[in-house]
Amino acid sequence: MELFIQLTLTGLTSGAILALAALGFVLIYKSSDVINFAQGEFLLIGAYVIFAMLTQAGLHWTFGLVLTIAVAVGLGVMVERLVLRPMIGEPIISVIMVTIGLSSLLKAIVSTIWGNTPQAFPPFIPSEPVNILGATVGQDRLWALVIAAVLLGGFNLFFRRSREGIAMRAVADDQQAALSMGISVKRIFAWAWSIAAATAAIGGALVANIVGVGPELSHFGLRVFPVVILGGLDSIPGAIVGGLIIGLLEQYTGGYLGQGLNQVLPFVVLIVILMFRPYGLFGQEIIERV
Amino acid sequence: MLTLNNIEVIYNDVILVLKGMSMQVPEGKIVGLLGSNGAGKSTTLKAISGLLKPEDGEVTDGSIEFIGQNIHNSDADDIVRKGIFQVMEGRRVFEHLTVEENLIAGGYTRREMSLSHDVDMVYGYFPRLKERRNQTAGYLSGGEQQMLAIGRALMAKPRLMMLDEPSLGLAPLLVREIFEIIKRINQEQKTTILLVEQNANLALSVADYAYIMESGRIVLEGHPADLRENADVREFYLGLTEVGSRKSYREVKHYKRRKRWLS
Ligand SMILES: Nc1ncnc2c1ncn2[C@@H]1O[C@H](COP(=O)(O)OP(=O)(O)OP(=O)(O)O)[C@@H](O)[C@H]1O
Ligand SMILES: [Mg+2]
Repeated sequence: MELFIQLTLTGLTSGAILALAALGFVLIYKSSDVINFAQGEFLLIGAYVIFAMLTQAGLHWTFGLVLTIAVAVGLGVMVERLVLRPMIGEPIISVIMVTIGLSSLLKAIVSTIWGNTPQAFPPFIPSEPVNILGATVGQDRLWALVIAAVLLGGFNLFFRRSREGIAMRAVADDQQAALSMGISVKRIFAWAWSIAAATAAIGGALVANIVGVGPELSHFGLRVFPVVILGGLDSIPGAIVGGLIIGLLEQYTGGYLGQGLNQVLPFVVLIVILMFRPYGLFGQEIIERV
Repeated sequence: MLTLNNIEVIYNDVILVLKGMSMQVPEGKIVGLLGSNGAGKSTTLKAISGLLKPEDGEVTDGSIEFIGQNIHNSDADDIVRKGIFQVMEGRRVFEHLTVEENLIAGGYTRREMSLSHDVDMVYGYFPRLKERRNQTAGYLSGGEQQMLAIGRALMAKPRLMMLDEPSLGLAPLLVREIFEIIKRINQEQKTTILLVEQNANLALSVADYAYIMESGRIVLEGHPADLRENADVREFYLGLTEVGSRKSYREVKHYKRRKRWLS
């Protein structure tokens, strides 16, 4: 029972962080049909930037986090403007190649500035273990879970209620029609990329707080792919549910069936689910009226 | 209010579609723009609303003036903010959004924080939309989607609303209903309307003034009553012979060669 609770909480935490990174991926795909292979690197950058703010610049973590988000937003806007906008109208495979190139570039920049050795991170969230229903769990994980959950809930509201959020979904549905009601598609793309970079960066900061920084953080980012495919490439709730499912599955298989298997089983489940729901759990089907 | 002066539109740098198109839309009126398939009606509307760019079209000559300002070459979102709203051909609702979310998207450019008042105003014109407010728009019937498309336009409170073939694919009874509402919008909201239609009879029944275009330019214009009397309009757009019976397609084709305004 204790093991179960521990695995559940750990799984939810990593799942919620994965969901944050996946949310950005879905946003970009939804609004502009671009598959962003650099999403994992946004997470990596977030982790290293906040690392630099806290250790190298010695800032308080609140300032550090705000600045990290600002850097991420700037990066997102820059990537959209300089890299993706010139690619509008190019074949989808070229755009994919560009984001793969971008991912290598960002990785290279990080290792040039900060090197390749993993480093400990000054935890800005208290990490003393706490006792929940008999299970011992690091407090940092719980906080990460809470922060990620609040952010995900906030974004979900943003997309359903706010004019800007609805406009983003409108652009995803029909760009020209959105344009005809005065929605600036350029602006929406910039929004999508900045939100994607910012949420991934926050995810990166939360992971780094738990495990430290190192180049292998971008592997964590790679796991957004099973998440979004499971949830449905174009579904925001799908990214959240997909993230939690993958996070939990990894922990349960790791805890009950042994390490090693936990890298494989999520993919097995993924394939099984896709056999029944080819668009993913929440993916939008093409609406055909009869 | 709106003046097109000799505009020329080219697609993909080579296809010349509008060849010196001129027309005027006076404030507060309903102006009809008629013409057969491919005449360039939709292109005209897109030239006005700035929607040519995504289709690789360009206004290469002439001027487009709206309330004394030159709007040719403005971005689509600027033009909406200036008060021109195009309801595109084929309804184009946001299929995966709910009815109400579609309306909110229509009011995107409004400054007010809350749009609930305007949403209610739209529901006043289209009670059927209110019943389906939380339904996914993609599953609405064609008529309801057309109502939603017009409702979205109302949300922006435009001074000029441009409707591209609102009757397309709808049952006659529904078309009548929608045209009644268009008329009411014109009177109650003081919205000027530019109405593109292939169904000439319908358009002439609501318009204050009408233009007929063919191959990228205006070939005839006038008050609906006068146009109805015009032999060519009767022949080719109302499909009537002098005795008032419907003509067969072959006969229409035969007469086509004699269209006076083409010679
Ligand atoms: N994006 C485009 N690229 C190239 N040619 C185009 C484009 N859009 C329209 N055309 C051409 O321009 C001409 C006018 O098209 P337009 O859509 O304006 O006609 P329309 O009068 O609205 O016709 P309909 O009644 O069928 O809607 C057509 O010959 C069409 O093939
Ligand atoms: Mg048309």
